Amino acid sequence: MCLAIPALVKSIEGNEAEAEIGGISRKISIILTPEARVGDYVLLHTGYAINVIDEEEAEETLKLFEEMASLEE
Amino acid sequence: MRFIDEFRDAELARAVVNRIHRRSNKHVRLMEFCGGHTVAIMKHGIRQLLPETVEMLSGPGCPVCVTANQDLDIAIALAREPGVIITTFGDMLKVPGSRSSLQRVRADSADVRVVYSTLDALQIARENPEKAVVFIGIGFETTAPTIAASILKAEEEGIRNYYVLSMNKLCPPVIKALLDCGEVKLDGLICPGHVSAIIGSHPWEFAARDYGISCVVSGFEPLDVLQSVEMLVDQLEKGEPRVEIAYRRGVRPEGNLRAQELMNAVFELSPANWRGIGMVPESGLRLRKEYERFDAELAFDIEPGPTLEHKGCLCGDILRGVRTPLDCKLFRTSCTPEHPVGPCMVSSEGSCASYFHYETA
Ligand code: SF4
Repeated sequence: MCLAIPALVKSIEGNEAEAEIGGISRKISIILTPEARVGDYVLLHTGYAINVIDEEEAEETLKLFEEMASLEE
Repeated sequence: MRFIDEFRDAELARAVVNRIHRRSNKHVRLMEFCGGHTVAIMKHGIRQLLPETVEMLSGPGCPVCVTANQDLDIAIALAREPGVIITTFGDMLKVPGSRSSLQRVRADSADVRVVYSTLDALQIARENPEKAVVFIGIGFETTAPTIAASILKAEEEGIRNYYVLSMNKLCPPVIKALLDCGEVKLDGLICPGHVSAIIGSHPWEFAARDYGISCVVSGFEPLDVLQSVEMLVDQLEKGEPRVEIAYRRGVRPEGNLRAQELMNAVFELSPANWRGIGMVPESGLRLRKEYERFDAELAFDIEPGPTLEHKGCLCGDILRGVRTPLDCKLFRTSCTPEHPVGPCMVSSEGSCASYFHYETA
């Protein structure tokens, strides 16, 4: 129920945005994430963006996984 | 999909699993609070990948499952009211209350519509001004702000036929209730990622500070869950319980302040009735006085009748983490996703449904 999936913000008009989710476009509300900008990925939950995904953090997490994995070899 | 596929990398996952095996000495019991995590763990066979020293339990983090029969009966009785359109997330449809379900009253000609969002429920209210449109407000902190937003929007637009049946529940207080009752012994908690996206990681501090429970806020892909288990094992081996965020791309320590603000503007704390757990103080949300006119329970005079429990169903024990679906005699026999006896078999995130779909043993 607390499912939220990444959606790419394509355009913004007030509290509404057009977002792309796995190639499909839909209208979402960004009233909970006024800081969202075009080009951001947001976590989409029941039609509302509930957070802007922090891309730097995502990359850092992945880098950490990769470094640790390379130490394994 | 970006931010999903990368976190399913099998090779990276194997490396994390290896590290967990090397690091883990002590026997530890970890609870994944959230039904979304239970699904990820079952679907990707994570339990089987972990060393024997790491025991995983499922928690009460499925909003549909924890809704008490008494509350379900109110929703079902509301659906029977003339002139009412019920709007609900699809998961609620088949959940059996004491005597019926929303699906069954719909077959009896009640107007029950599945919506994906409160935005859709509002749209139905706009299109049907002569009807009362009630949204069945179940969910945790992830969903509550979206319900608050719909009420503020209805207020702003002057939509007078929109109501919410507020059965929202809050996660930290129920974890506290479980820990206080002492029935289930835990060492670590995998904290719900999307609840924490809203409330942040601070509301989990009490568990580490007062109960010595290690906490890690986790995302929902297999690498996320494994990383969280690794962080928990590491904390527990060191004997230093604290709250950490593994799901850093989705959760900030302070949470989503805007969402908290909307939630607090519309709702105030109230006791809530949890299936299998009972009344937990300050674990629910009711509408503030200013927004009372949106409260479906106040707007309609509902008499749901006496509450009956499902005979033989162990959902309550399963939600408290003291039994698993395999302990239930009805599992896979008279209780299946097609013919569910209890809510844990209905919701896709219920433990019984997860076990039904993914547990082959
Ligand atoms: S298998 Fe069915 S009856 Fe048994 S605990 Fe789960 S939902 Fe209840």
